[in-house]
Amino acid sequence: MKTADHPAHVPRLCLEGFTTRNLGPLELQVDAGQCLALSGPSGSGKSLLLRAIADLDPHGGEAFLDGMPCSRLPAPEWRRQVALLAAESPWWLPQVGDHFCRADPAGLQELGFGADVLRWQVERLSSGERQRLALLRLLCNGPKVLLLDEPTANLDPDATAAVEELVQRYRTAHQAAVLWVSHDPEQVRRVAQRALRIHERRLEAA
Amino acid sequence: MNGGLIILTPLDLALASLLVVAVAALSLRMKLGVERQLLVAGVRTTLQLLLIGLVLKAVFERADLVWVGAIAVFMLLVAGREVVARQRYRLVGWWGFGIGSFAMLVSSFAVTLLALHVMVQVQPWYAPQYSIPLLGMLLGNTMNGIALGLDRLTETSWQQRTAIEARLMLGQDWNQAIADIRRQSARSGLIPIINAMAAAGVVSLPGMMTGQILAGAPPVEAVKYQILIMFLIAGGTGFGTLAAVYAASRRLFDERQRLRLDRIKKG
Repeated sequence: MKTADHPAHVPRLCLEGFTTRNLGPLELQVDAGQCLALSGPSGSGKSLLLRAIADLDPHGGEAFLDGMPCSRLPAPEWRRQVALLAAESPWWLPQVGDHFCRADPAGLQELGFGADVLRWQVERLSSGERQRLALLRLLCNGPKVLLLDEPTANLDPDATAAVEELVQRYRTAHQAAVLWVSHDPEQVRRVAQRALRIHERRLEAA
Repeated sequence: MNGGLIILTPLDLALASLLVVAVAALSLRMKLGVERQLLVAGVRTTLQLLLIGLVLKAVFERADLVWVGAIAVFMLLVAGREVVARQRYRLVGWWGFGIGSFAMLVSSFAVTLLALHVMVQVQPWYAPQYSIPLLGMLLGNTMNGIALGLDRLTETSWQQRTAIEARLMLGQDWNQAIADIRRQSARSGLIPIINAMAAAGVVSLPGMMTGQILAGAPPVEAVKYQILIMFLIAGGTGFGTLAAVYAASRRLFDERQRLRLDRIKKG
């Protein structure tokens, strides 16, 4: 009556024997609703690790989402569920709204935009606005895992706080797992429950 | 031969070649640095055309399917090599050559066969006086379209790689992520033939028609052939360019729909 009803604990995101060009093999588990901060010297392969988890780069080993192996899901479906936000996000169409699969007025408001921002020309956006809207367009897909690669590196303190709060709210509301690459120890303390750093091709407690 | 054809003597050609020599001398004087290339190209055109003249003379006398086929394959391989040579960013391995050649094989050969069987209806269908010039004109133009289309595709993909990957990150599939770039590339491959058709007869007198008229053909008959050729070229270039650009755009992504720019390298 005990074990049969309680299936083994399945982490939201799990890496097994995961290797990238300059890391690994890595074992990593992030639970639903948990934020894990990742730090390490520049060039240590943090960005490449996130790209590989999003299946944008070839990699060894396997990544699992709620126990489902990456290789069993079509790649676009995996990337909608395991969403990557890079430090800088390009906009390829003239109008902001063209990049959104659907509008999210509450999220827009929270980030300090009116609904008319969707009709704005991308050229009018500051780099801070671009990054906050890039996060929002990613959240429209309803991802279960967020991979954030120094998302606030180019933002002022107010905009940084807005992004942190949006991620926080999304994480608790959707029980999303968050892997947050940051250089700022203060930020790590604010946003993460666990912190790891890359040391000699491995992950260790920070 | 036809009564309208005036036979050129070697002296006529030698006199014309003095024009090239004169430009080369000017280049030397003005330090343009192209005199050597110009003279080498002049010698090459003389030798290559004399050689093909002899080959065609032999083939016309034999009118043998194997010979015609061998020449067609040779032309295709040279065109495939030329497509690769014109790329600034090339698909690595045999892919660049393979995709270009296959697209030309499918489009140029199919359109040439269509013309020989349905429109010109020459007997036998592979009669070299018709099949080889037709195929040559089609290959030359299709090659142009494919080379332009592929060049645009690989270079734009390289420049806009972050945008393509951003689209992948948002969950678009490879087809959506490259669709805009593929459209631009196909357009740029088709523009030369569109321009040629639009300007034909008004700005330029196409070479084939001019040649037939010089050889004594009635102008209206020559014009009809030229119109046929224009349509064939538009069809061959269109299908060939679309096929090549599509296949190459697929090759830029792997089985997990990752953008694999390691599959192109700067030539």
